[in-house]
Amino acid sequence: MAGTGQDFKTCWELIVTDMMGSAASTKGQKHSIPEMQAIARELRRDIIQTIYTAGSGHPGGSLSELEILIALYFHVMNHDAANPRWPDRDRFILSKGHASPGFYAVLAKAGYFPREELATYRQLNSRIQGHAHPMTPGVEMNSGSLGMGLSFALGCALAARLDGKKYNVYALLGDGECDEGEIWEAAMSAAHHNATNLVAIVDRNRIQNDRFTDDVMRLEPLRRKWQDFGWRVYEIDGHSLDELVATLEKARRGRTKPTAIIANTVKGKGVSFMENNPGFHGRAPNAEEFAKAMEELA
Amino acid sequence: MVAQRKMASTRQTYGETLIEIADSYPDIVVLGGDLNVSVFTHLWRDKYPERFFDFGPAEQNLIGVGAGMAASGKTPFVSTFSVFGVGRPFDQLRVLVSQGNLNVKLVCTHAGILTGEDGMSAHGIEDLSLICSLPSFTVVSPADSVETVQAVKTAAGTDGPFYIRLSRAATPVVHDEDYRFELGKAEQVRDGSDVTIFATGVMVSVSLDAAELLEQEGVQARVINIHTLKPVDEGAIVAAAGETGAVVSAEEHYFHGGLGSIVAQVVGQNVPVPVEMVALQGYSESARAEELMIKCGLTADKVKEAALKAISRKP
Repeated sequence: MAGTGQDFKTCWELIVTDMMGSAASTKGQKHSIPEMQAIARELRRDIIQTIYTAGSGHPGGSLSELEILIALYFHVMNHDAANPRWPDRDRFILSKGHASPGFYAVLAKAGYFPREELATYRQLNSRIQGHAHPMTPGVEMNSGSLGMGLSFALGCALAARLDGKKYNVYALLGDGECDEGEIWEAAMSAAHHNATNLVAIVDRNRIQNDRFTDDVMRLEPLRRKWQDFGWRVYEIDGHSLDELVATLEKARRGRTKPTAIIANTVKGKGVSFMENNPGFHGRAPNAEEFAKAMEELA
Repeated sequence: MVAQRKMASTRQTYGETLIEIADSYPDIVVLGGDLNVSVFTHLWRDKYPERFFDFGPAEQNLIGVGAGMAASGKTPFVSTFSVFGVGRPFDQLRVLVSQGNLNVKLVCTHAGILTGEDGMSAHGIEDLSLICSLPSFTVVSPADSVETVQAVKTAAGTDGPFYIRLSRAATPVVHDEDYRFELGKAEQVRDGSDVTIFATGVMVSVSLDAAELLEQEGVQARVINIHTLKPVDEGAIVAAAGETGAVVSAEEHYFHGGLGSIVAQVVGQNVPVPVEMVALQGYSESARAEELMIKCGLTADKVKEAALKAISRKP
């Protein structure tokens, strides 16, 4: 089955009814914590399948970010999969664009495109690219070069203010990505321009491309950095849907500053041999690893 | 003697034109990087403070925010010096603006050696090469202030990424007020049958002077203003090269990747005739703009010499 879309085809036929149900109901619906936990279990398998089918991709960060995305798309954000360009939608900007398999799994589950298209990831003539690009329904920004998403999100947030619109803008950053100077240019200017409708979420999985963040470039005290740049900061367990939902809801209220959420996560979450393993930042599992991962995620 | 032309500042014209079109284009916002007085967007800042955003000298963020605004329906005019607006945030221009095909209008002043005394780091001599390498961009290098007005208005009314290249120094006005700029269509500013001089920016004026010098020697030079470098008017280049049998390119930019490269590419592919290039050969130094133009060989005499050489190379 390796390298084919066959597994997906089968899965697709099995879950088509379920997916269509989700697609019809994303706008405004707040899924319960147990429902979202079930979605997370399902989508972890999709992530591994997607990357295995493609033969390349970034599993570690896709697995660490998953609950953050699920909380946003299945509870917090106002969005409409049937109308991806709805002008009043909340915006989500994936700045760490390499973690696209996690993003695509969520977008497909939310109904932005058919789940079977995940099998075309990184393939010729696909509309789901190696790094997220707006050719995919639901994707706002082209990505793949780190550090750009917070600036872009700030532009969306300031445009909302100019238009008198109430939408919120969420940017998901990698922790390694915070090495980029542009992140701090954006952080400084978001506070200066009082972008209170802007929420930055740092997927703090403590591993970047080569090694642990502590070995490549020390980020701590990270919370203090965001605070000193003029942000309201929360630090939470980034795999706890309870904490994510509560904090993201809090971020919509009582705002005088932009909000940063440091979400402590586990890189490769859910697959024992990928967890906390820098080796799975950016490589696909082989056949044996794939089988073991799917067994663990069953 | 060559013509005496009125001098006018293209950057001041830019700032004034933005004010003029503010009401017609309510989606325009202006973004700056702490050089707003120099690029004349302080006029807008003071008149429309709610539609103005300063990001300080932090150009990666400047372009990134502009991209986000464009994706949200705004028409951001982003302005700073060419070295800071193109070179510093090149990756943001590439990934967000070009690959995202977003409606960002990058208008940079202080291009080329006309920046003068600030020296080589401030001389944007590579900006055309860099920006023309980005597939989605339309690139305009106006010849004077009259053309600047219309290029800015055209950019405001045309969807997609734009780069407009302006100068620090005032430059000669070569157009009448009734001139009509047409995006992507080269403008013949002087007819002639012996050689064609393709020029852009301030070199249009210099090339008209060169054509007068050539006429005194019995040589009829055609001068064509290539204000739009991308997409370039290939038809006009091919036709003029074919009809005159020899061409010169003239630009206040490094010889690599600018107008000369574009002209040579079009001519080489379609109508191989001798091509001579008048352009900067490398970095320059601190001095007054007019001194640098002479030292770097961007003069009517040098364009005339290049034209005669091109003609002498005709088979």
